[in-house]
Parts: sequence; structure tokens; C-alpha cells
Amino acid sequence: MLNIDSLENGIVIDHIDAGKGMQIYQLLELDKLDCSVAVIRNARSSRDGRKDIIKIENRIDIDLDSLGFIDPTITVNIIENGQIVEKKHLSLPEKIVNVAKCKNPRCITSVEQELDQVFHLADRKKGIYRCAYCEQEYSK
Amino acid sequence: MKKLISPLDLTTQEIDQILDLADHIIDNPKAFAHKCDGKILATLFFEPSTRTRLSFESAMLSLGGQVLGFSSADSCSASKGESVADTARMAEGYADIIAMRHPKEGAAAVAAANVDCPLVNAGDGGHLHPTQTLTDLLTIHRLHGRLNNLTVGFCGDLKFGRTVHSLIRAMMRYTGIKFILVSPQELQLPDYILDEMKANGADFQVAERLEEVIGEMDILYMTRVQKERFFNEEDYIRLRDSYILDPEKMALAKSDMIVMHPLPRVNEISVAVDKDPRAAYFRQAKFGRYARMALIMKMLEVD
Repeated sequence: MLNIDSLENGIVIDHIDAGKGMQIYQLLELDKLDCSVAVIRNARSSRDGRKDIIKIENRIDIDLDSLGFIDPTITVNIIENGQIVEKKHLSLPEKIVNVAKCKNPRCITSVEQELDQVFHLADRKKGIYRCAYCEQEYSK
Repeated sequence: MKKLISPLDLTTQEIDQILDLADHIIDNPKAFAHKCDGKILATLFFEPSTRTRLSFESAMLSLGGQVLGFSSADSCSASKGESVADTARMAEGYADIIAMRHPKEGAAAVAAANVDCPLVNAGDGGHLHPTQTLTDLLTIHRLHGRLNNLTVGFCGDLKFGRTVHSLIRAMMRYTGIKFILVSPQELQLPDYILDEMKANGADFQVAERLEEVIGEMDILYMTRVQKERFFNEEDYIRLRDSYILDPEKMALAKSDMIVMHPLPRVNEISVAVDKDPRAAYFRQAKFGRYARMALIMKMLEVD
């Protein structure tokens, strides 16, 4: 059994879909932090079977919209003095900026690279996002 | 209203106002000949267009205004790498209102976000073309006298036809509309438009052969079926004649049905149909001028 020290103060990003931990690590640019960061892959989970977990030994601002877009089932736990003081449940954000890239070759963003990549949630039930410029459905 | 990017940027009330104004212009064009004296329209056309650019220019000139602009990307600074946003900002300094066409989808939205003056999307690739929709609505309003309680048929390429998508979305907002969608399977409406129709409770029927349903229609909106859209030659040969409107098929239609087409027409409407009084496509193109005159006046807030 792998042991990771429990956090005194910091953030635990829990219930990440197994395999997406490193994607989130890169998205949140956790490699730039000075503090300890642990990415646990394929942890056993009674809810999900397998999951990834990220533990950050610091309180940082996290872009919850980006996280929610990648995986709305994630929970973000804020830890103080070894206790969970806040548990944030995510949902699909209405709008995401510079998280995903439009793949439509006819979209204006394909030629004007300095434009923000903006997507709006078009169908919450189906989790469909559309490009704010060309309305193309986002495909992963 | 300062920006018109999508046909749905206009409420049905605003559309009614524009169509009313267009009615007045058609009835008495001289009364509007100086409404835009001293105003300048910039036509920023990054790709060639015949009808849209000429009708915008004709509309502004008919209102007493003036026009400047370019008609291809080669003849503006886009060829030097200038961004759409910068070109629009520059044009705002020289004109009171901008009409912009661009081959890339979403380009008009980018320009609109960077200028304060009124801006009209005159077509952004295969995406949106709101003044074509206004023209279509004016044509229906003029020739049928109403925008509700109509059976509207669309025939041909319903998958890639932006004018079809926009008109369906616009007509869905009126009551008593039935849509008949005639196309080969390969060119049926995209799922997201069909989903929107279902979510809005729209009454629609899908058909593969025009001759079987043309008799029900008050309006037949034709589009071109291109051979290269088919997956195999066999299907194209099997279905192509079903999507060519000729006098034989017109004989099956109602006496007051109107035939519309965004033009250019290639061979999907036989020239023999042109003489039929129900052929409305050239009148439709002419209405484009009046629809744009009314829109320019509304956007410039000219009384």
C-alpha cells in the first residue's frame, strides 16, 4: 500500500477519473509550485473503482471551471489543520476560456491564433459545448 | 440594435418592425432617398460575393448614403496578415456602419467585439447569414402576407446549407409552421438542428422524394445538391432527378406555392420554371435590397 503523508493544510482534488490526473496537473500548472504535490494514480475507490487524486500542500487558487469541464464529478477538498473545512462539488461551467481548442478548420480561431478559445455550454444534459465563434461542437 | 451576427439576434418584434419598414420603402422608395444622407457604409468583403455586396451597396445608395470597401482579401491588408479585429477597427474610423463577409466562421463576431459602430454579418463562411434570412422572411411576408400557418418545404442539401438552417431557426418562432425536409439521407439536416426542432416542438416531416410531398407546400425553398457531397455515384444517379425542380413537379404543387432559392442556381431549378408565376427567386433577390435598406435604417437609428 502506497503511503502519502496526510495534509495539514492544502487542497485535495479527489475523484478524478482514473488516467486524467496528469492532464489536470498540467492544466493547473502544478509543476510551477514550490510546495509538495502528489499525483496518485489508480487509487482504489469504492465509488469509482479506480480514481486519481492530487494532493497539494498549499492553498492555491484553482480554476474550478476548467476542472469542471474536464471532469464534473471531481471534488475539491480544502484542508486546514488536518481537517476538511470545505468540500467543493463541481459542475459543467457555462463558459470556458482557453481550456479547449476548436478543431473546426473553417473557424476564425484556426487562422487568428491570438484569439481566446471560448466555448459555451449548449446542452448540460448531454455535456455538449460549442465554440463561441463557429458553434462547432467540441470533440475531445 | 448595434450588431447583427445571427438571425436570432433579432426578436420577432424587431423582425416585424424591419419588415414593416421594408413594406413602406417598397411602396414609396422616393420618400427614403435621403434618409442616410452623409452616412457611409463600409463593405468589408474578404471573399467575393455578387448578390450580397451589390444589394448592400444598392441599399445604402438608395438611402442617399455612400459606400466604400473592398471585395476580396487580396485587395486589403488581410493579405499582409492584418487581423479581422484590426481591419474592423480601422474601418470604423472611416464609416458609420460596417457590413462584413469573411470565409471563416465566427469572423463577424470577432469584428463586432472590437468596434462600437453598427456591424452586420454579411456571411461568415458556411455559418451565418442573417440578411439572407431577413430577405427570405420579407419574401414570404410579401408573397404570402404572413409568417405563420405555413407549410415550408426545404429541398436539396440540408446538411451544409446555412440559409436553410437560419431560416428554419427563424421560422420556428412563428406559430402554425410545418416543415417538410426533402433530401437524400447523406444531406439531411444536422442532428443539432433536428434536436432544436424537437426541443421547440416543431412540426416536421422528413421525405426523400420531392414529388411525393410538393403538393402540401406553401413554400418550396430549393438548394443545390452537389455531386461531390455523395458517398457514391450510384446514390447520386438514383436521387439527383428528385432534387431538380421542373415543370412536371411544379404541376403537382399548389397554385399559390412560391419557389425560393438563395441563388446562385445551377441546375437544381430548370430554367423552364422561371416563367412560372410561382417562381419567386429573382423577386427574392430584389427584396434583399429592401430588407437591407430597412436594416441599415434601423441600425443607424434613422427615422
